[in-house]
Amino acid sequence: MKTKFALLAILAMFAAACGDDGGTDAASAAADCEPGETDGDLSFYNWAEYMDPALIDQFEAEAGISVEYTEYESNEQMLAQIEAGAATYDLVVPSDYMVDTMRQENLLVPLNFDAIPNVANIGDEWTGPPFDPDNEFHVAYQWGTTGLGISYDAWAALGDEEPTWGWVFDPELSGQVAGGVAMLDDAPEAMSAALKYLGYSIGDVMTSGNEDAIREAGALLKETNDRLTKYDSVSYADDLVNGEVDVAHGWSGGFAASLFEADAYETHVYLIPKEGAVRWVDTMAIPTTVEAVCSAHAMMNFLLDAENGAALTNFVYYASPNEAAIPYILPEILEDPGIYPDAATMAKLEFIPQAGDLGLLIQDLFTEAKG
Amino acid sequence: MSIGMQTSKGVGRLLKINAWLVFAFFYIPMIVLVVFSFNASQRVNIWGGLSARWYPEMLRNDEILSALENSLVVAAISTLASTILGTALAIALDRYRFRGRGTLEGVAYLPIIIPDVTMAVMLLAFFAQAFRFLGNIGPQLQLGLYTVVISHIAFNISIVAVVVRARLGQLDPALEQAAQDLYASRWKAFRLITLPLILPGILAGALLALALSLDDVVISAFVTGPGGTTLPVYVFSAIRRGVTPELNAISTLMLAASTVLVLSSLFLQRAPKQERTTTKEDS
Amino acid sequence: MTAPKLAPDAAVRKAESRRGVFTAMPAAIYLLIFFCTPLLIIVAYSFGTRTATGSTRLSGWNFDSYERIIDDLVLGIVWRSFWLAGLTTILCLVVGYPFAYYLATRPARIRNILLVLVMIPFWTNGLIRIFAIRFLLGSDGPVSQASSSLGFGEFRILFTPTAVIIGMLYSYLTFMVLPLYVAIERLDWRLVEAARDLYANGGKAFRKVTWPLTRSGVIAGSILVFIPSFGSYVVPEILGGAKTLLLGSYIARQFGQARNWPFGAALSVVLIVAMLIAVVVNQRSAASELTGSSS
Repeated sequence: MKTKFALLAILAMFAAACGDDGGTDAASAAADCEPGETDGDLSFYNWAEYMDPALIDQFEAEAGISVEYTEYESNEQMLAQIEAGAATYDLVVPSDYMVDTMRQENLLVPLNFDAIPNVANIGDEWTGPPFDPDNEFHVAYQWGTTGLGISYDAWAALGDEEPTWGWVFDPELSGQVAGGVAMLDDAPEAMSAALKYLGYSIGDVMTSGNEDAIREAGALLKETNDRLTKYDSVSYADDLVNGEVDVAHGWSGGFAASLFEADAYETHVYLIPKEGAVRWVDTMAIPTTVEAVCSAHAMMNFLLDAENGAALTNFVYYASPNEAAIPYILPEILEDPGIYPDAATMAKLEFIPQAGDLGLLIQDLFTEAKG
Repeated sequence: MSIGMQTSKGVGRLLKINAWLVFAFFYIPMIVLVVFSFNASQRVNIWGGLSARWYPEMLRNDEILSALENSLVVAAISTLASTILGTALAIALDRYRFRGRGTLEGVAYLPIIIPDVTMAVMLLAFFAQAFRFLGNIGPQLQLGLYTVVISHIAFNISIVAVVVRARLGQLDPALEQAAQDLYASRWKAFRLITLPLILPGILAGALLALALSLDDVVISAFVTGPGGTTLPVYVFSAIRRGVTPELNAISTLMLAASTVLVLSSLFLQRAPKQERTTTKEDS
Repeated sequence: MTAPKLAPDAAVRKAESRRGVFTAMPAAIYLLIFFCTPLLIIVAYSFGTRTATGSTRLSGWNFDSYERIIDDLVLGIVWRSFWLAGLTTILCLVVGYPFAYYLATRPARIRNILLVLVMIPFWTNGLIRIFAIRFLLGSDGPVSQASSSLGFGEFRILFTPTAVIIGMLYSYLTFMVLPLYVAIERLDWRLVEAARDLYANGGKAFRKVTWPLTRSGVIAGSILVFIPSFGSYVVPEILGGAKTLLLGSYIARQFGQARNWPFGAALSVVLIVAMLIAVVVNQRSAASELTGSSS
């Protein structure tokens, strides 16, 4: 009897759950907030190690609310929690393609830019990106690139030539890297690097659904697999600095942090290959799980302040999209071409678009490449 | 007690060598870890002289302290609850025949079998649906530390049950039967005979549960809510940025804490242990 | 396992059954709510549809995700994982059984000290232990430095299958040792003694008496080792350099990067069913063997 009742209750719950497919639309209209206005404590969900704790303290003191700060490890982990809708988060930091995904799945609340006057500090190049063409849902937080870290010794052995993806993909060149080569364990990034080496534009291939190009890049990845020392998206920079590998595919900020911590500027460097590379941006956005929508706007505005934006970059070593912040950023960061590439390099950088149906093919080819 | 030691000399020596090799295997990485937590250098793999500076540094880190507190709460509650529930389950499965026993037995093994990620995803989906359902009829709930506790209990019940059952399976039911005749009360027979006999199994199960709870990253990361970061989740993200001496210092403290815990559990166990030895020799 | 107790009449049997249900009830209810229901949800997901952006639609139920599993790519991953987990289990048993035997046959005082020594590393965070191993095996780590200073040249073992096996052994050996220890410690040594008198040969006595009597520990230990190694992904990712994809990583990938929850769910369901069959078959054979030897 009791078991039957429990079963019924569970079935009822399950049925209720299945029927309720769409997200909550409680907060889909743009919020009506004044700049700096707060409406309760803020629940901030951000990447691990991506914030200067002093800034949180400062915001709490200025705004008079407390911040519940929680960290995640990947876009997908954050997305899973937001999709589940089972926890209140007022502010999240999705990367570019993830903004696209969340936007299409109605998981983001449109922003009220009147409440974020400091958005004017963001450089023009950041407006209307492919992942949010109408600038409705995001403000840029920090940005960086995906390139190659290398030891100066290995670079010298390669003849100090201009940096190229060939160090990874050309058997002749990579054969000259004595200490081994590592790639990111990330299908879209690995695929993008291969596409760049083959001379394709990532954006064109993805938007035109050019499967042949993707298969060609997949075959290249498969050929390369045997020569690689490892795949790693976690300790790629430490592996480089510690001599585990001599060439590593990875994200700019990770290399910057490791080079700084190990004081390895004399021995290692982060470079962007001549064929061009991936550029990415992490953004601030308000998910539909929001409760304190004005507090979230207030936090965005606070972080986009010139000095606060600089403090963030000075702490996390990623580049700031905040142009007004530049005077306050440490000169060694501004002068590091690995963090702030020159204009010519910038022109060769591309975002990875949301891959849509090609996503599965890319994952499969990467899986196959690993054998 | 010495009967079991009558193995032939050659075999005995091999056993001994194997044991010390295993201990060396267990301990060399641990020792390296402890030594390097006293490394003055910022770089983990370069020795920069002896220094304890990472310890105060670590204790000033609010994030570490709150993660530590969260972890201890989760580990303590989930270990206690799963030990009680798991032991009862093991006893029921081993000692009684009732309807649905077979099904229950199968279900009891499942949580061990399921990969972490799957368990994490299914619990997250479950909590989401359950909260939506409950939200319609009353309480508005959200993920938090308590959902981590619930999830840890869910996988630890099985762990405890399996270990306790391995112990129960070897007990002679006649012993309990005799005790029942002797003491008349079932509960008394259980308390005085069965419980002391299976206590090592229960403790082993509880220790396993505790270790798994303190180790879990994946499930905790999925089902935790705002402010509910546990120490392993923190450590995992810290490791992403490379192993720092600070991290080695945390590990060393965890190591020290577990040493103290194991020692104190042994100390607490001492009294019943003597009792058990006598029962064994009398039986 | 153990023979059911004698139940002289229906009333006693009924009381017995009630007591059993009562004892099992709390855990059963807990598992029903917090385990079986979530499990149902994941089964439902496995029949769902993945949208282009990677979310899961719970309608238009289909078997597509199950069909993908028979793909050679997936079967290759499954086979590799199975092989590696099996090897790990056997290694753990080969090293762990004599180790547990040694522990269990020490005098009580020494035994307790040794047990503490076993527990301490086990309680240290698994991730940190794996990183300690990684540091040890690294090309400029202590092992490599020692080997090159002894003239054996640089030691390159990290990011090879050997490193993965070492890491798995390090991670899961205690899972094997604990149940084995519990089983061996409970052995009735008089039986072993009698067997030794009977067979005169230590090996034979072990095969005929000690081993069968500790089988429950062997099974529990093997299950506790095989299962996490089969689904393991931290060790192969960190020590193996993620070069060979194993099932654990592959499933994790479906719920993460690939955002293909139906496929991840289907893989999980198949894995669960396969494991369950293995456990049941193992148990059946163990049970029949036990009854066979006792009659």
